[in-house]
Amino acid sequence: MENGSILTYLLITPILGSLILLFIRKEQENLIQWFGLAVSLAAFIISLVMFTNFDQSNGSFQLVEKYLWIDGLNVSYHIGVDGISVLLILLTTFLTPLTLISTWGTIKKNIKLFTFFMLFLEAGMLGVFISLDLFLFYIFWEAMLIPMYFIIGVWGGENRIYASIKFFIYTMFGSLLMLVAIIWLAVDASSQLGYFTTNLLELYKVGPTIARDIQNYLFLAFFFSFAIKVPLFPLHTWLPDAHVQAPTAGSVILAGVLLKMGTYGLIRFNLPLFPQASVEFAPYISVFAVIGIIYGALVAMVQTDMKKLVAYSSVAHLGFVVLGIFAMTVESVQGAVIQMINHGLSTGALFLLVGMIYERTHSREISFYGGIAKLVPVYATFLMIASLSSIGLPGMNGFIGEFLILLGSFKSQVLDNWWFTIFAASGVIFAAVYLLWMYQRVVFGNVTNPKLENLSDMNGKEWLVLVPIILLIFWIGIYPTTFLDITETSTINILEQVQNFTIKLLN
Amino acid sequence: MMDLSNIFNSISFVIPEIALSITIVLTVLFDLIFDKDKKIIPYIVLVGLLVTGYFVFAQMDFANFGFTVGDEKYGMFTLDGFSNYFKIIILVTTIIIIFFSSHSNEIIKTFDRSGEYYALLLGMALGMMFMVSASDLILIYLSVELLSLSSYVLTGFTKLSERNAEASLKYLIYGSVSSGLMLFGISIVYGLTGTTNLYELNTLLQAGSINLTTLGFSLILIFVGIGYKISAAPFHFWTPDVYEGAPISITAYLSVASKAAGFALLIRFIKTSFVSYTDASGNWHLLGIFDWQTLLIIIAILTMTLGNFSALSQSNLKRMLAYSSIAHAGYLLLGLAVLSDQGLLAVLIYFFIYMIMNLGAFFIVNLIANKINSEDIHDYDGIGYTSPLLGVSLAIFLVSLTGLPPTAGFIAKLYLFIALVDANMITVAVIALLNTVVSLYYYVRVLKHMYLNKANESTQAVIPTLQPRIIVLALVIPVLLFGIYFTPIVSFAQNCLNILTK
Repeated sequence: MENGSILTYLLITPILGSLILLFIRKEQENLIQWFGLAVSLAAFIISLVMFTNFDQSNGSFQLVEKYLWIDGLNVSYHIGVDGISVLLILLTTFLTPLTLISTWGTIKKNIKLFTFFMLFLEAGMLGVFISLDLFLFYIFWEAMLIPMYFIIGVWGGENRIYASIKFFIYTMFGSLLMLVAIIWLAVDASSQLGYFTTNLLELYKVGPTIARDIQNYLFLAFFFSFAIKVPLFPLHTWLPDAHVQAPTAGSVILAGVLLKMGTYGLIRFNLPLFPQASVEFAPYISVFAVIGIIYGALVAMVQTDMKKLVAYSSVAHLGFVVLGIFAMTVESVQGAVIQMINHGLSTGALFLLVGMIYERTHSREISFYGGIAKLVPVYATFLMIASLSSIGLPGMNGFIGEFLILLGSFKSQVLDNWWFTIFAASGVIFAAVYLLWMYQRVVFGNVTNPKLENLSDMNGKEWLVLVPIILLIFWIGIYPTTFLDITETSTINILEQVQNFTIKLLN
Repeated sequence: MMDLSNIFNSISFVIPEIALSITIVLTVLFDLIFDKDKKIIPYIVLVGLLVTGYFVFAQMDFANFGFTVGDEKYGMFTLDGFSNYFKIIILVTTIIIIFFSSHSNEIIKTFDRSGEYYALLLGMALGMMFMVSASDLILIYLSVELLSLSSYVLTGFTKLSERNAEASLKYLIYGSVSSGLMLFGISIVYGLTGTTNLYELNTLLQAGSINLTTLGFSLILIFVGIGYKISAAPFHFWTPDVYEGAPISITAYLSVASKAAGFALLIRFIKTSFVSYTDASGNWHLLGIFDWQTLLIIIAILTMTLGNFSALSQSNLKRMLAYSSIAHAGYLLLGLAVLSDQGLLAVLIYFFIYMIMNLGAFFIVNLIANKINSEDIHDYDGIGYTSPLLGVSLAIFLVSLTGLPPTAGFIAKLYLFIALVDANMITVAVIALLNTVVSLYYYVRVLKHMYLNKANESTQAVIPTLQPRIIVLALVIPVLLFGIYFTPIVSFAQNCLNILTK
């Protein structure tokens, strides 16, 4: 196949870029910023080329590369993509250059180190989405902790040290559980296969045949690891701290991509590797997902800090995603994937907007503002679009995802109870309440705070960052078929795998 | 009954040890004769160690019983892949410590006594070399004492501070008690069985006409002696004080080499004396007289948990690394507790990686202490920015000690977890995992001080000269490299799994 190693090029671009960056002198900040942008744009272009080489009608893994790496353990450098990972890769490469631009002028200390960590992080995220070997996956998964720890800890807000350590310890706990589960799975599989391997495709065949009690343990270990990352209620407590303390770019990447690794893991590993356990645990997990939707919304409602409000709205949104995944219908899983992208876009945009105004006023308190519509009309418009998209107004992206998830969960054979849908749907209403209320308090009314008088509207750089996101928000909202076509066959493939070992899921 | 020809035949097995002994003699002589040229002593020592290393490599494929008595097939000295592996670890550590010492202000201040210092250091090395090959309780005891006596002196060597003297005295007292207990245990074993040879002990145990209560009692006494050397809980109380008080180079040496020798001794003791046979998949089947597995698991969990939780509250880096080394001893004991070749492989790999990363961490703490005269974590504020190379390197070592990919420390933990899961010890693996999370906190705390806290007035830039810089890089690069491509270590360890048994 032509472009046979495009995924390797994609992965290696940010890695090489970050290494070359180390040789640029620290004082040349402009060069560093442009270089970082150039590398991330290059990665974006490569990911587009990858996308053109991707065959949507084929649900199995494509652009696969495989080289033996550690022969003793049968670990290989094994990468490939399907429809679900393609979308998430595009999201990653799309958001990274935008966040890098957004840091120009706002990140002032140690730009070199920051850019280095951002590129390193991008490589890690791409690695997670393309790995088809559990060992490789784990390395990328863990390698991302360190740059994120530093991004929060060095460039974050006042309470950044506490937040970064909390983030580190929470996620590390989860990933170590996963490590034991990976080893257990591989050891258990080796008794059937006759050899030790961490090849995901081979384990797909063996995983479902593992004894049920062990399968349950393995499922739970993987699940906890991913649920912490998602984060699913009640494991979410690290998220508000991390989000609020992280610099804007960190929050955008965290919300936009890092959290998606958790939900991606659920789709990629939990469902196909342990189908019986997935079906068994699905209702319980969905209960927590629905609690998360409502809880996240209610807590968001009472926040006085805009960033914290957006952070709690993430808990609610990702509750939707988890519900969609464990409803296990074609609609709901596709909806979950679309919702992953949506959340990356709309929450990313919200974080960017909050960051932009924070740069001007150094306050994120809702009560600090009021009536800024008159002062900064363009900003108010962008904030309106981002909020409405997050609420899920028809015509915008959020609606598509939530609608598909609710529809899917209503028909779900696995959940088999429409109360899930009813409670989840109430979350949509709550979202409208907390976001519109926030919007009203910040944007409308009279300007009461004299400090706001000199507020300047969006500059060119900020336009440049937000417009691409807004365009995508409308694209998904108006013509979702483009994106649904990409994920459809892959989703069906995964559900078929589950169905083969459990109950009928597909028509 | 002593057969001289036997001894002469066996001489060829101890050529490395002989080379090392000659080096010691040369060091002492040189120190006495050329009083003014002490600078040359480290080079003599280095050459001696390299020659010793050459001889170890030359006998890499040997598998022999040495110093047999009469017509007996089994001797008091055993040469096999396993002993050679540990000899290499001991020698490499010693060589690094020699470089280490020449960059340690504490040692440089006692320059006029450097002859003694190096002779004693080599004395420790010699003791350890014998320990890893000892297959007779008498030789075990002698080599342990050789190691201990040299290390008591070295611990208090600089005589610079009270804590130095305190460390030495504490070490001596604890050490004497535990070696006394060990000797008591050995004498009971001899009284029970009439032999001190581990192979014969195995034969007698197989025959099964021994009073098990008394034997169990004596084994526990012997285990106390070894447990003290590897600082396993509850025999670890000396470790933090001694590690904190001793010169950093000696602390590093004790935490790596001395621990390695202690482990080698323990492993050989168990495998030679208590294993009835090893099956095709590499599981050791023990004689059912003493439940080593349960004992080891309990001690291992106790050791790592105590080590990790005590490390949490330490603000002196040396003391923190001391507790962390206790915790690592716990992980290593778990590898042994699996009682299979898979577990042994994990222990061997772990030790190799532990050696690099632990020495690296101590070396950097040493370089920084040279400059700022402190090992307190609060004096590390912002040091990552003022001293980039040392900051990044220490960060890498600490991340590796935590066991995060893509560093070598992850590989060490990976093989350990594989061994545990393979043996179906999932609960134990989960306990080890929880411990790792605890350890993350105190390792990351150092990163926090180095990078997240702002530099204050007392923060100084530590820019090492060329030679220490090369040493740091020589330790950092393998940590990263083996984290990504570890086949060389694994295959090297795999070739050295062989422990000679009957």
